[in-house]
Amino acid sequence: MKNLRIGLWVMAVIAVGLFALFAFMLAKPKNDFVASAMIGQPMPEFTLEPATFDRPGLATTDFADGQPRLLNLFGSWCIPCRAEAQTLEQLERSGAQIYAVALRDRPEDVARFLEVYGNPYTRVGRDDLSETQFALGASGVPETFVIDGQGVIRYQHIGVIAESDVATLLEQLRLAREPL
Amino acid sequence: MLRALLAALLALIAVPLLAQSNVPPAPYAYTQLDDPRLEAEAHDLMLTIRCLQCQSQSIADSDAPIAGDMRHQIRTRIAAGESPEAIRAWLIARYGDYISYEPQISSTTWPLFVLPVILLLAAGTILLRRFRGNAGKGDAA
Repeated sequence: MKNLRIGLWVMAVIAVGLFALFAFMLAKPKNDFVASAMIGQPMPEFTLEPATFDRPGLATTDFADGQPRLLNLFGSWCIPCRAEAQTLEQLERSGAQIYAVALRDRPEDVARFLEVYGNPYTRVGRDDLSETQFALGASGVPETFVIDGQGVIRYQHIGVIAESDVATLLEQLRLAREPL
Repeated sequence: MLRALLAALLALIAVPLLAQSNVPPAPYAYTQLDDPRLEAEAHDLMLTIRCLQCQSQSIADSDAPIAGDMRHQIRTRIAAGESPEAIRAWLIARYGDYISYEPQISSTTWPLFVLPVILLLAAGTILLRRFRGNAGKGDAA
């Protein structure tokens, strides 16, 4: 009888613990972002044709020159990408070099987009079938990676770069100066 | 004031609200492979890969452009002779377990596979002991 009582108490405690866990997990804000599992790994191999008329295309080899930079994934059709044009320009003025991949886009549309919203990019490669996006483990636009001078992916920022993210990205660029 | 308002209105009209890309879908996004056996392999894999945009759908069910591009990627890889599990592993290496609907035993998921076995064993032992105890009592009575 005593054993049974202890057993019941144990079960009650387990049940309460489970419900506490449910409550805790349900109260957490849902995070829809799928983070890349490629952080800390070398960039995948790719060679992309220019996505616009006045900037060269982009290849993996363009990254391994010792200088850390940002890699921005965008599309001229992507509304949120317009919102981060200003912060990208701010980052560029702060000394960040920004390479870009235009996803599922046409050169004339990319050119128009860059004309209207500004062009902070040194190179823009076109990824017509999202292949580079998949190879990077990126799940949408806009998305921004910090790539170190050895071509290793060091940091991923998912979504629009807000004013408040600029400092973080500059800090990550600074950290990427030191090899892993 | 009126002019500013007009300009704002015009700006609204001038910017088309394109939520998605306006390039045509990838060649193999909506086109099956010629070889029915390979197409079946590709389709079975697609049913178990999560769409990154509509996360409760598989890429076989989703009409999101990114799902189309992923179907293209899977069909071309299968046609090139890659095995479905190799493609799944490639995707998991990029996006983590979450991309796959097929349950995988990993460092975070192993309790899900081990716990039921432990519970079954525990239940079995308890029942066995109880039956034995009752049988003993029955004999005595």
